[in-house]
Amino acid sequence: MRVVGQRIRKKDAMQLVTGKPVYMDDVAPKDCLIVKILRSPHANALIEDINIATAMKVPGIEVIYTWKDVPNVRFAQAGQTYPEWSPYDRLILDQHVRFVGDAVAIVAGENEACVDRALKMIKVKYKVLPALLDYHESIDNEILVHPEDNWESLYPVGADNKRNICSHMEESHGDLEGTFADCDIVLERTYHVPAVNQAMMETFRTACYIDTYGRLVVLSSTQIVYHVRRILARALGIPQSKIRSLKPRIGGGFGAKQTVVTEIYPAFVTWHTKKPSKLIYSRYESQIAGSPRHEMDIRVKIGADKDGTLRAFDLYNLSNTGAYGDHGPTTAGLTGHKSMPLYTGNMEAFRHVFDVVYTNTLATGAYRGYGATQGIFALESLVNELADILHMDPVELRLKNVVREGMVMPAYFNEPAASCRLDECLVRAAEMIGWKDKYPCRDMGNGKVRSVGIAMAMQGSCISYVDVGSATISLNEDGSYRLAIAAADMGTGCDTILAQMAAECLEVSVDEIFVSGADTDSSPYDSGSYASSTTYITGQAVVKAATELKKRICTLAARMLECDVDDLEYDGHVAKDIKTGKSVTLQDIGFKAQCFNDLALQVTESHTSPVSPPPYMAGAVEIELDKETGHVEILDYAAVVDCGTVVNPNLATIQVEGGLGQGIGMTLFENIQYSDKGVLRNNSLMQYKIPTRRDVGTLRVEFKPSYEPTGPFGVKSIGEIVINTPAPALAQAIHNATGGYFRDLPITSEKIAMYCLEHENE
Amino acid sequence: MIVSIQLNGKKIVDDISPDMTLFKFVREHGCYSVKCGCETTNCGLCTVFFDGKPILSCAMLAARADGHRVETLEGLQKEAEEFGQFIADQGAEQCGFCNPGMIMNAIALFRENPEPTDDEIKRYLAGNLCRCSGYEGQLRGIHAFMEYKKQGGAACE
Amino acid sequence: MLKIKEYVKAESLEQAYELNQKRTNRIIGGMLWMRMSDAQIQKAIDLSGLGLDQIEETEDAFILGCMVTLRQMELHEGMNAMCGGLIRKSVEDIVGVQFRNLATVGGSLVGRFGFSDVLTGLLVLDTYVELYKGGTIPLAEYANMKRDNDILVHVIIKKTAGRYAYQAHRNTKTDFPVLAVAASMVDGKVKAAVGARPQRARLYLADAPTQEAAEALAAAVVTGSNMRASAEYRSHLAKVLLKRAFAEIREKEEQ
Repeated sequence: MRVVGQRIRKKDAMQLVTGKPVYMDDVAPKDCLIVKILRSPHANALIEDINIATAMKVPGIEVIYTWKDVPNVRFAQAGQTYPEWSPYDRLILDQHVRFVGDAVAIVAGENEACVDRALKMIKVKYKVLPALLDYHESIDNEILVHPEDNWESLYPVGADNKRNICSHMEESHGDLEGTFADCDIVLERTYHVPAVNQAMMETFRTACYIDTYGRLVVLSSTQIVYHVRRILARALGIPQSKIRSLKPRIGGGFGAKQTVVTEIYPAFVTWHTKKPSKLIYSRYESQIAGSPRHEMDIRVKIGADKDGTLRAFDLYNLSNTGAYGDHGPTTAGLTGHKSMPLYTGNMEAFRHVFDVVYTNTLATGAYRGYGATQGIFALESLVNELADILHMDPVELRLKNVVREGMVMPAYFNEPAASCRLDECLVRAAEMIGWKDKYPCRDMGNGKVRSVGIAMAMQGSCISYVDVGSATISLNEDGSYRLAIAAADMGTGCDTILAQMAAECLEVSVDEIFVSGADTDSSPYDSGSYASSTTYITGQAVVKAATELKKRICTLAARMLECDVDDLEYDGHVAKDIKTGKSVTLQDIGFKAQCFNDLALQVTESHTSPVSPPPYMAGAVEIELDKETGHVEILDYAAVVDCGTVVNPNLATIQVEGGLGQGIGMTLFENIQYSDKGVLRNNSLMQYKIPTRRDVGTLRVEFKPSYEPTGPFGVKSIGEIVINTPAPALAQAIHNATGGYFRDLPITSEKIAMYCLEHENE
Repeated sequence: MIVSIQLNGKKIVDDISPDMTLFKFVREHGCYSVKCGCETTNCGLCTVFFDGKPILSCAMLAARADGHRVETLEGLQKEAEEFGQFIADQGAEQCGFCNPGMIMNAIALFRENPEPTDDEIKRYLAGNLCRCSGYEGQLRGIHAFMEYKKQGGAACE
Repeated sequence: MLKIKEYVKAESLEQAYELNQKRTNRIIGGMLWMRMSDAQIQKAIDLSGLGLDQIEETEDAFILGCMVTLRQMELHEGMNAMCGGLIRKSVEDIVGVQFRNLATVGGSLVGRFGFSDVLTGLLVLDTYVELYKGGTIPLAEYANMKRDNDILVHVIIKKTAGRYAYQAHRNTKTDFPVLAVAASMVDGKVKAAVGARPQRARLYLADAPTQEAAEALAAAVVTGSNMRASAEYRSHLAKVLLKRAFAEIREKEEQ
């Protein structure tokens, strides 16, 4: 292939590295009203009285809205295809506030100073209610997070707001109890993952204004322009035709911006005042009122024979969705669907049960990995523990049981593993880290131990039977192309990757294609960029559109040359009649398309998929652990990924490295600590420590590309899977250095040192 | 209050509020490369040069910059492009939001120490957070840039 | 958000001192901590025009103006040679270069921050602070004084031949320390400062840099809990880091 598989610079790269103004706050109208949110200091309270009279008198204040001013129509903020699995449990502003940081009032004014002043002058009388802070006590608790009658669940996910249940689902296969009873060894452990934050460098933000036609334009840092439009239309009670939703460059998303976190507030202000407005969340707000990962307890039980044959799996996860149910039911499903199938090899029976429950803590959302991360941490850690008990090498144990190409995966909707080189990923990652020599550990003297750990991971490549990706490709008069998409490049490089695919099909260079989007007025429908789906789903739409367009170009060329299409030789730039030797250039065709022509050289195609082929990977880490301080120094991280065909090795590599960085952060440093009143204390980058470049060690990435028959050019996905191996691999390395099993993230140096201290004399 | 600040070589006289930060000042004067990623001086996105030294513009009063030289990436476009292409060649710019701050600080690093070791690079840039790249690609880009500089600066396209 | 009504670039220390007597007025240092406060300041007093941003070396001391940045301290060769790099080690992990180009020695000491590496490091050196009205007093004494309206003008570090060590544990490499330990041995006398307990650094004395002395000292260190760690872990770290610091001192040549 000429273009697919090449290390091509991102189309926006030079603009970004030279600091050009391309982000929301750089391009928003300059005369925007500043919008800010008054937030609840209580975890659970009713607003008895709210007085805005004094605040309204602050010079420069345009408007203040309270719960009395908004429609009583509930909606979900989760950016999901309709009908969403997430419950309709939110109002724009509610009389009932459900977590510390929940929205109480919207204030808009001509500058930040006056808005800040007004925020302080709004007088709110709260009836403080007892708060439900412990998710283990949610189900059937007398405190109801959502007692309201107009709470609604559109999809049968087992939700019951009168029991604090956002979702309950069960799935099983085979004779679970019988198989467990027949196994030589059965292990059961519980793991915990906190509600870690995406912490993308650009916080949540949206600007709104009214266009020529009196429509609401929503310029937002979002991954999901179409879902934004649908959600806002419902929440504001206006037709979708009255809304245009578009994104500029996005300063990182990682799933955070798959939720309509900020959009509704300036949208409400602008729709009612008809004035431009913008809301930029502070880092503080992004931390305390964003859309982090679902906190979960994951209880896993596995049954195996003495020779390491893994036969039965039982996984239960209790997921804390916080005050609102966005992404609650769907994330919890992935915890099982994207962990257990790794061990399809000898699987005889499995069961997956989950509860997703409400509490008065911050609402959660979508974060890279989306539930799979939690499940993989639990299952992979338990398999490592089993290897210890069986005195087997964890790599050998896995090779005995992994899913291999051609197998059908009962725990993954009975989908086939049509493309899978997981076993080779595992062997190569072990080789890269020097597993044979280094497993399990080496004492370096001076209280320091070097040790290794390993884990596998999988994810999906879309939401099967749901996601829709589309592409419009058109030929410009001069022979260049336009590719319009509503998938959202959030730094991932999908604009470039999709252009590479189009260029491959159209036999041109990437530079001859410009990419536009995402804009609901001009881009064809796309679910948006999430669920790792853009390369796999939208990519196939691009291939379809490019193929059809090329056909039409040839048809028009044949008309111009007055020959049969079958006699045409086309190389991407020149069409030649092989019989006469006459030819026309792509530019000639482009101009012809604009003159006395009825064959549109513009094609829109959509794609969807009944399967979601998993990418696979293995990650192996070497650490040096200081047994006295508990400090973990990452020396080397080797990752080998099967993401199908690698479209752009540069961008795929960075995806892996970035995901490893985030995975390392959530494993070792990123902590979520609440006060006993439900106040989140990790509310800044000073108190929520994401890794610096001194904390991640050396990251090394290789690929073992399989060929996925359902993907464009054989691709699968890479965006999410890459965050899943650090937690179990590091936990194992830490175990190998200390003897302790750490099942509660983050594994801080304190936990390690205190464990070592207690077991000093063993 | 009236201040006179030399911003990217141009003298700017402006009437500002005493609590205006330098960050706000430079953005209001069109230097949009300067970003804000936190309120707690942790992220490095707002890095500018103050009398030639890299500082966090979110933590300095514009008033204090009165009579001083301030530079942003807008004033260092040639250097940004020269260095930035090596980041771009790795795809390590990713979302790009942290890039101007990181690139400003990398320029500062190379001015102080043209041939830093990996440890020196990591220490100097430790105050520039990036959530997309895992930092490894940035390091590869820096290595490639150093190699290009060693070769004389032009040939290594 | 921090609000400032008026900005005054002080023309003399006397003017700055007089302005600083009013409770609503504040001297600004590097602004790194102050910017996060919600304070309403009447007059922000800036000392940056008074030439207090220099490190001056005399025959027997290094004299640092209060506006000297942590980065200047980190890079000052003579001063670091004198103390075996203790000063560099104590500041080089603080956030990043851009931060340390702003943070001042004066601001760090006046704040008497619990987490302060700077205070911890300087406590084991023969350090004095020169106050505008209060005269020159040992840093250890100053650290325990209540915050007042005087101005810290200079920090004076006396040149002393000795052995020095700095040990800290951080959750991430550039975070506040979970615990920080500085130690010195001058003329056979051992001093150790333990900071980020999480309360402000305190100075302890020992007869010799032995493991036993480290353990005894550690047992006397009062620790507390905060977001970063529990008191128990800090007490454990105190023992570990004091032992390491003392071992470093034993192994080191006299500077």
